[in-house]
Amino acid sequence: MATSNKSNQWLIGLLAWAVAFILFFPILWMFVTSFKTEVAAVATPPQLFFTPTLENYIDVQARASYFNYAWNSVIVSVGATVFALLLAVPAAYAMAFFPSKRTKGTLLWMLSTKMLPPVGVLVPIYILGRDTGLLDTRIGLIIIYTLINLPIVVWMIYSFFKEVPKEILEADRMDGATTYQEVVHVLLPLALPGIASTALLSIILSWNEAFWSLNLTTFDAAPLTAFIASFSSPQGLFWAKLSAASTMAIAPILIFGWISQKQLVRGLTFGAVK
Amino acid sequence: MTSSVVTTAQDPPPPAAQTTSSPQKVPALALVAPSVIALLLWMIVPLAMAIWFAFQRYNLLLPDNRAFTGIANFTYILTDPALWVSIGITLVLVASVLVITIGLGTLLAVLFNQEFPGRGIARVLAISPFFVMPTVSALIWKNMLMHPVNGLLAQMTRGLGLGAVDWFADFPLISIIIIVSWEWLPFALLILLTAIQSLDTDQIEAARMDGAKPLALFRFVVLPHLSRAIAVVAMIETIFFLTIFAEIFVTTGGGPGLATTNLAYYIYLKALLEFDVGGASAGGLIAVVLANIVALFLVRSVAKNLDT
Repeated sequence: MATSNKSNQWLIGLLAWAVAFILFFPILWMFVTSFKTEVAAVATPPQLFFTPTLENYIDVQARASYFNYAWNSVIVSVGATVFALLLAVPAAYAMAFFPSKRTKGTLLWMLSTKMLPPVGVLVPIYILGRDTGLLDTRIGLIIIYTLINLPIVVWMIYSFFKEVPKEILEADRMDGATTYQEVVHVLLPLALPGIASTALLSIILSWNEAFWSLNLTTFDAAPLTAFIASFSSPQGLFWAKLSAASTMAIAPILIFGWISQKQLVRGLTFGAVK
Repeated sequence: MTSSVVTTAQDPPPPAAQTTSSPQKVPALALVAPSVIALLLWMIVPLAMAIWFAFQRYNLLLPDNRAFTGIANFTYILTDPALWVSIGITLVLVASVLVITIGLGTLLAVLFNQEFPGRGIARVLAISPFFVMPTVSALIWKNMLMHPVNGLLAQMTRGLGLGAVDWFADFPLISIIIIVSWEWLPFALLILLTAIQSLDTDQIEAARMDGAKPLALFRFVVLPHLSRAIAVVAMIETIFFLTIFAEIFVTTGGGPGLATTNLAYYIYLKALLEFDVGGASAGGLIAVVLANIVALFLVRSVAKNLDT
């Protein structure tokens, strides 16, 4: 629906940029505030020009040891993603290339486990975690994130495998390739972009997950979501520090998301939208 | 009662039911089994425990005072007016954010599909909120935008001589809806924009040649093309909206009163603040039933929409 009219195009551009700016503004404002002093951060009217300072970043690090939390986030997100892929790739392979009457039902059932509200099982999981000593451990969180992301990961990889032409695999098999060779040398390279975008989404979802991490961790395994939540009860002036902490918490994943947005769409919609 | 609803909605397919007639099916079964078993355990073990606890008087602060109480927890929870308030708030929250994100998302997808200078950058900026963790977005909105004294919105309205709005005190639920919509509008936009881009431009040109007005074009060409993408967005969003937690946790704490206590938060209050394991488990089971009712409709409509 490209408009031929020049002035119309200007208007559309202006409108779209205004929308983009409004949507991005809270993030931008947070970023700007993180370089202000606490006094400047709450100044009326808001200051647009000021001398930037890195003081907040230093303070936040001193107060809450950002790197411990960030490291937990990295370990837990990546760990859960690796485990989910290890479980999902074989399952998706079997369902995509050797479908049975049950395959569709199995896939839908897997997705429906996502609909179980986490609160419904919060108490049992909490007690299980307490009794097994997995409460407030990274491995405990990794297990939970693996399981909550598994249905989506299976679905995504399944839909990527479905796009690989069966003929290629069959031709390879005719040439006498074993199943192992077929998977490792033909299928995985072909589906690698899909697997990568699945991994990206799983990492983003794990990084931002804030129900289990807030309820099951206190300190040792607490990821960045908990780090930020600890700033939710303010004592005195703290906006600039909060902004600095928030910027540090979201920057890695935001940049990650910017880079991978195109691949994410296909993954997020299980290949239903291309 | 609860377990039967669960099984009807989720109907775990026993892996053993897969036909083993051809030799190739045997490894297939073994490959699917780990995922299925892991998810079955994840679903059944906590659920069985929740059912077990739900029939007990069990408070973590008084562990010795533990006993079976029959359906006392259920009658207690079900007659608690707060439960029904929280279910209502959950539904309002899900429905309003769905309408806002899909409605606005569709319009913005059309807008961002137009040619204009810097389109790539504008798109990346617009979808950014989706990547921000919920605790951060809630805190930004609470402290820097909606704060009644120093928040930017208050400063703007005061500047216009309108006085400041104390968002979380006067419009708590609307505030939460705004925050969640801000987080998820980019998601709807991202998916719907991709769907629009796959629309056949020839088809649109043809319709325009036939004299179709832009509005008719949107209504009869673009919208039908988007129906599948909209179904996917609605499904994924509903899964996440039914259990909104962090946004409430860091802003209102469910208040004032019960104004922003959704079902997730209600159970959280019971479980981890009152340490009432029995009551929280009963509430959790009610949440599971509610989710199953929603899931029943969703899974059906998605099954229709996705050819697997």
